[in-house]
Amino acid sequence: MFKMTPNIIHNLFHQKATRRYPRVVRPAFENVRGALFNDVAKCTFCGTCEVKCPSQCITVDKTAGLWIYDPFACVFCGICADICPSESLHQQSEYRLPLAGRETIMLKGEPKHKTEKTAKLMKEINDDTKD
Amino acid sequence: MPKTIIPFGPQHPVLPEPLHLKLTVEDEIIVEVFPALGFVHRGLEGLVIHKDFQQMIQVVERVCGICSMIHAMCYCQGIEELMEIEVPPRAKMLRIIWSELHRIQSHLLWLGLFADSFGFESLFMQFWKIREKILDVNEATTGNRVIVSVNLIGGVRRDLSAEQIKWILSNLCWVEEEIGRLESTLMSDYTVKKRTAGKGVLPREKAFELGAVGPTARASGITQDLRMLGYSAFDWLDFQPVVETDGDCYARSRVRFREVLGSIDLVRQAVSKMPGGEIRTKAKGRPEGETCTRIEQPRGELLYYIKANGSKNLERLRIRTPTFANIPALLSILPGMWLSDVPVVVLSIDPCISCTER
Repeated sequence: MFKMTPNIIHNLFHQKATRRYPRVVRPAFENVRGALFNDVAKCTFCGTCEVKCPSQCITVDKTAGLWIYDPFACVFCGICADICPSESLHQQSEYRLPLAGRETIMLKGEPKHKTEKTAKLMKEINDDTKD
Repeated sequence: MPKTIIPFGPQHPVLPEPLHLKLTVEDEIIVEVFPALGFVHRGLEGLVIHKDFQQMIQVVERVCGICSMIHAMCYCQGIEELMEIEVPPRAKMLRIIWSELHRIQSHLLWLGLFADSFGFESLFMQFWKIREKILDVNEATTGNRVIVSVNLIGGVRRDLSAEQIKWILSNLCWVEEEIGRLESTLMSDYTVKKRTAGKGVLPREKAFELGAVGPTARASGITQDLRMLGYSAFDWLDFQPVVETDGDCYARSRVRFREVLGSIDLVRQAVSKMPGGEIRTKAKGRPEGETCTRIEQPRGELLYYIKANGSKNLERLRIRTPTFANIPALLSILPGMWLSDVPVVVLSIDPCISCTER
C-alpha cells in the first residue's frame, strides 16, 4: 500500500502517457522520410532513381516520359531523393495513409532531350508509333 | 512417468519470432531440448549476386530490425577497410551516437518483453513507454524510427545540428529519470526475483566453452565487449563493460539494465567530444579483397565476412549474428528446468530469430 500510494498520486496529477490516436495526432518531425513525391515538371526522366533504388520500386520509361512508383515495395530509405540530379524527388514529412488495395503511382511528363541524338531517336520512335 | 515431447514455438505467446524447441519432458522437468530453425530464412547473404555493394547497405539493415543501424555500420566498416577509405571523425562519432541509441531502444524493448514473459504487464508498458522517446529521437534525427538508414560507405547521410543535440540530451535526461523510477522494481521486486533469480544458470566455464557472446556472456562473468577494442571512435570515449557474475536470468536482466545507463553515458560523452568537419568522404572505386569485421550489437558480437573481387557485386557475404552464437548456451541451460520457466529462460538470451536466419 505504501509503495503504491506515490504512484497513484503521480498518476492522478500527471498527464497521460498515451494520446487518443487517431483523434489526436502528434505533429510530424522535420525531415522525416515520409511519402515520396515526384515533381514531374522538374523531372528529366534520367533513370538514376531506378538504378540506385535498393528495392526496385521505381521504373522510369525515358522515351515515353513515364515515372512509375510502387509505394508498397518502397522501403523509405530516401536514397532516390538524396541522389536525384534534378531535385524533383522529395519526401514529405507525413506518412502515406493506409489503403485497402494495392496501387501503383504513374506520372507522365515531358522528357527533356539533352542531345540531338536522343531527340532524333525520340522523333523516330514517335514517327513509328504514329504509323 | 514416460517421457513426453512438447513443442515450444514456432508460434508462442512470448516469442515474437519463430523459434521451435522440441522439449522432452519428464514430470514437467525438461530432460532434452532439440532446436529447429529456418522458418523465416530469407537468403539475404545470397542477395549480393543481385544488388551492388552500395545497395547492400539497405539489405543488411533488414537482417534485423531492432539493431539495423549496427548491421549497416559493421558492413560499411568492412567495405571501407577494403576500399581504404578514412571515415571523417565527425561521422565516426555520429555513428556511435546512433548505434548507442539503438542499443538503448533494443535493451528497453527486451526489458519490456522480459517483464511480459513472467506476466509483469505494467512493467512491460512502462519500459516501452520510455523506448518510445528513443524512437522519437531516431525519427527526428535520422528520418526513420527503427530502420534508420543513415550509414553510407565513407560516412553518414545526416548531420546533427546544435539544437538537435540539445534536444537529444534533454530527452536522454528524461529517459534516465524514468528508468531510475523502474530500477527498484526490476532490481528488488519480490515477484521479479522469484521468477528470474537462480533460473537458467550459465556458469562462467560453460559460457566460455560454448562461445556465448554479449550480455549472456557478461552476465556469467566474462569481460567481453567489443567496444573495448575501440572500433569506430570508441577509443576516444571512456568505456567500461558491465559484468555480473551470477549467470542467471536475473543477472542477464541487470546487465542489460545497466547497459542502458552505460549507453546514455556514451552518447553524452560522444556529444561532448563531437569533432567538427565533414560527415562523409567520397567513395571511389570498388572493393577488392576479403575482410572480417566485428562489432558489438545489443545482443553480442556481430561478425561480417566480406569477399570482393573488384566488381560491382560482392563475391561472398557471411553474417554471424549473436543469437546464433548464444543458441548452444540456451540449449545447455534448459535441461533440468521446470516447463513453466522455459519462456523466461528462452527470452533471457534475447533471441533474435530474424538475425539468426538472415
